[in-house]
Amino acid sequence: MFRRLEGPQTAGRGPAFWGLFALVLGAALAYPLFSDGYTVGNTVYFFVWVFIALSLCLIWGYGGSLSFGQTAFFGIAGYGYGILTINFGSAYGFTLLALVIAVAIAALFAVLLGYFMFFGRIAGVFLGIVTLAVTLMLERFMAQTAGPEWRIGAARLNGFNGMSAMPPLTIPWPGEPIVLFADVGLYYLVLGLLVFVYLALRILMNSSFGNVIVAIRENPERAEMLGYDIRKYQLITFVIGAALAGLSGVLYTVWGQYITPSSMGMTAAALPLIWVAVGGRSDLTSTVIGTLVVLAAFQALTIYGSQYALVFMGVLLVLTVLIAPNGLVLGLMNWLGRIAARFTQRAG
Amino acid sequence: MDIAAHVFSALYQFGDAFAFLVLSACGLAVIFGMMGVINLAHGEFIMCGAYVTAATVHAGLPLPLGILAGTLVSALVGVVVELAVIRHLYDRPLDTIVATWGLSLIATQGTLIMVGSTMAGVGTPFGSFQVGDYSYSIYRIVLFCAALGVLAALYALFNWTRFGVLARATIQVPHMAAALGVDTRLIYSLTFACGAGLAGLAGGLYAPTMTLVPTMGATFIMEAFVTVVIGGADVFLGTAPAGGVLAVVKSVMTSWQGQLFGQIGLLVAVIIVVRVLPKGISGFVLRERT
Repeated sequence: MFRRLEGPQTAGRGPAFWGLFALVLGAALAYPLFSDGYTVGNTVYFFVWVFIALSLCLIWGYGGSLSFGQTAFFGIAGYGYGILTINFGSAYGFTLLALVIAVAIAALFAVLLGYFMFFGRIAGVFLGIVTLAVTLMLERFMAQTAGPEWRIGAARLNGFNGMSAMPPLTIPWPGEPIVLFADVGLYYLVLGLLVFVYLALRILMNSSFGNVIVAIRENPERAEMLGYDIRKYQLITFVIGAALAGLSGVLYTVWGQYITPSSMGMTAAALPLIWVAVGGRSDLTSTVIGTLVVLAAFQALTIYGSQYALVFMGVLLVLTVLIAPNGLVLGLMNWLGRIAARFTQRAG
Repeated sequence: MDIAAHVFSALYQFGDAFAFLVLSACGLAVIFGMMGVINLAHGEFIMCGAYVTAATVHAGLPLPLGILAGTLVSALVGVVVELAVIRHLYDRPLDTIVATWGLSLIATQGTLIMVGSTMAGVGTPFGSFQVGDYSYSIYRIVLFCAALGVLAALYALFNWTRFGVLARATIQVPHMAAALGVDTRLIYSLTFACGAGLAGLAGGLYAPTMTLVPTMGATFIMEAFVTVVIGGADVFLGTAPAGGVLAVVKSVMTSWQGQLFGQIGLLVAVIIVVRVLPKGISGFVLRERT
């Protein structure tokens, strides 16, 4: 049953891992029962960021191309959702459709950008710079849209203050539609999406597609000599990643009912990188764990002043790159795995 | 207004854009050309230069000496950064990007904590002059001359000095240079210091023209990146012509639609150029030559 979910590209296998997975999932499902709405809403905020972290993990960790564009897709989809729902309202489940359309817009943008980059055979550091330039450009563009002439339909873009007051996700239901505010309702939806995306990515990375992606990361020339059109594979990975980042953006907009240009700025682009690098970029599970842990630490530190928290994050990033380039969580998981293996060997 | 005034206005804007692009990019280009490392903390070195310049000018030094101080302090910081971080990452270029980004985050926030959200600026020297209906700042002309001067000085440094010869040998075949007794690590450190110093120089030169905030580096880096991406790995065959081409794009778009569209024009130009010339202008020129 777990054959397609396990493989060389993802850490964690066997009944022990899946037992633990089920345990954590069960705890996550039961969690709102023991907590209040505010804390649950805050947890949703953490989950929202996991999607963009996974997208970076896919493109950077597995694909080997460092992209700073994830925040751009995040912002595009967030703004897209805002513009759509402010114009067309939330009746008849339109918010769900708006979610899909907004993600599709981000993916389409990624197709365009990715075409120029991958078919121009930009790789390595240049890819990072071009995507970073695109992200910063978008931020600057959105930041200057303060005037009343910057409107799309009924939606004012509002410059640096950003857009707000878009309707939350609404599921049409006979009788009363279910409005998912940022507490328990949204929690279960986002948790469900998270589990779905996590498992789907596991299947994807352990399929032949995933193997090709990793092969391209390890040695692009060799992969090409073996007959794979690496440009296509890179573009597809990039677009999937962009869609995930877009999903993150839409959920963020839905969660707080606002989106600002600074969600595409330098700091915003740096944070996912830190989560993924600290967690372990080349593995999905460690990315998820790393993101949640670092986010929680960041929030705890922010209480004492967000400037200090950011300095700490910078130090953490530099130290991780210097000392544990594969990520702290992944390193820890591999170490535990080795201990477990030795233990079972001795027992057997 | 007659045609001469129009032409002068266009030339002035071109020169202004050219100076900005070349000055902000050359430090990045020197480091990238030498070691294949992209220094994402480049903007923070510029910020460092600008802050030191402003601080020394406030302390009573004349502006040129302040700029010199900014350059030297940035170069020193560059040496420290190279020794502490960059040195360990030469075989992992992508990780260098990530690490220097971490440094940039530390520097921006650290400055915010220590100096505060803004710093008193330095007045623009020299005043202005009148051509046709518009007045122009003399300092901008000085900046243009400074950009040309920096290019000339770099050319001299890399072609006529012993350091230049050793540096070019290290670029070409690092192992062979090392085998022939060149201390390549020292060369790398010096080059990084040189790049950081150039960034500091750009910061010092532009300190009188802008507000000094911890995030001011971000104003420079996009232009710097774009110029380096289009230019490719060689400072003279790449950065200078790329600066020229992009300055045309930027000044035309800016005078047509405003500052923001100037920048968007740059970005679009870059994306198209990398599609056509993946190795940048210098890669194109070198391929034609061989």
